[in-house]
Amino acid sequence: MSETLNNTTQPIVRMQQLNKHFGSLHVLNDIDLTIVPGEVVVIIGASGSGKSTLIRCINGLEEFQSGNLVVDNNELLPHGKSTQALQTIRTEVGMVFQQFNLFPHLSVIDNVTLAPMKVRGLSRDDAVSNAKRLLDRVGIADQADKYPSQLSGGQQQRVALARALAMEPRLMLFDEPTSALDPEMIGEVLDAMRELAKEGMTMVIVTHEMGFAREVADRVIFIHKGEITEQGHPEKLFDSPQHERTQSFLARVLKH
Amino acid sequence: MVGGVWVYPLPAAGYSLDATYLIWRLGHWFFYRHIFGLLRISRLRWLRWPAIIYVEVFRGTPILVQVLFIFYGLPQLLGGPINALVAGIAAIAVNSGAYISEIVRGGVQSIERGQGEASLSLGLSRTQAFRYVIWPQAFRRMIPPLGNQGIISIKDTSLFSVIGVGELVRQGQIYIATTFTALEVYFMVALMYLAITWTLSIILRQLERRGLAGQ
Repeated sequence: MSETLNNTTQPIVRMQQLNKHFGSLHVLNDIDLTIVPGEVVVIIGASGSGKSTLIRCINGLEEFQSGNLVVDNNELLPHGKSTQALQTIRTEVGMVFQQFNLFPHLSVIDNVTLAPMKVRGLSRDDAVSNAKRLLDRVGIADQADKYPSQLSGGQQQRVALARALAMEPRLMLFDEPTSALDPEMIGEVLDAMRELAKEGMTMVIVTHEMGFAREVADRVIFIHKGEITEQGHPEKLFDSPQHERTQSFLARVLKH
Repeated sequence: MVGGVWVYPLPAAGYSLDATYLIWRLGHWFFYRHIFGLLRISRLRWLRWPAIIYVEVFRGTPILVQVLFIFYGLPQLLGGPINALVAGIAAIAVNSGAYISEIVRGGVQSIERGQGEASLSLGLSRTQAFRYVIWPQAFRRMIPPLGNQGIISIKDTSLFSVIGVGELVRQGQIYIATTFTALEVYFMVALMYLAITWTLSIILRQLERRGLAGQ
């Protein structure tokens, strides 16, 4: 699907020769990555491989040292030197974090309405009705007046998803969204993400949920030591990985 | 005569309360302290360094020396005397300010990194992230140590006695000089301070409870 779209559609993310170092550690090494609208890309790899760092570069939470990065026609410069473009990108790109990062001092509804009101300038009424629709969509409309600490982990993560969606993003980033959840709550979060994918949202997902990756991804990317080792359609990558590193990684994670 | 011992501190307590009141009236002073606390964690070196120097100087020297320096020393620079009460309050303001700026810094830095990242990822500017997300959480954590510092500042008004302000301790000393009732008078002095600080403690506990309700 991505190959055919590539010819006709403007990519939403275009990364060329991206490099990032933490001191002497080469975290991202000449990364080339193009993502087109509507695509669901899943990034897998061992911890410390640079997969989280990679998606955090897309909305500028991490700076990179060299290379080109264009997100939704806004160019991000190395060393974080592009304040205006960064601001625009962040209003168009949503993110869901491993630790939810809900605002504990705000109720669920205020968590979801804060950015639309302060950044998009929505009236409170509009922001609230919008938020209620989103909370309903992720199945927690009845918790709107509670505080994050009163919710389960799965509910909190779904609020975080609604909060990101309230900005009507063109691209959603997921940084290990189920890794901090108790096993029985993983399903409800993945269901909400599955719905979103079905509706055509462009998504970049870092996850260890291989079954989910196989099911929703248009493309799976395997990262090893800061380099894209192998990528392709999930069935191809999971069933007949070409690279030795991919084979040994998959053998380890699919065994249990 | 004995009755006199027990009632003498009342007008003097007024002084301590006046001083305390004035300190709170100088609310903008405290506001500046907050600014100093924030400057200390600024990304800009030329904002950060003056704040660090301020904190180190006024936290690193005894408040008694600061009171004496301002009352006896500064007039040599200014060319005229300073009102003792003003000098005392100024000393407490700069001294507690140094501690408060550290409380502010600690409060802000204690907020998890993810809070700022989530705010920025939603498109909030750094200023908005600070105002709507970081600061409200940080302030709640700052209430207990701020209250603590408030109580310390009230007790520090006892140092005004060395520059002749007729506050509780000073009035007591004068009274003892003629009556030799040190035990009773200092006991009453202590009790008066306790009455003021304990009241403040109760108010603070209420504030804390209300502040934490949302968590």
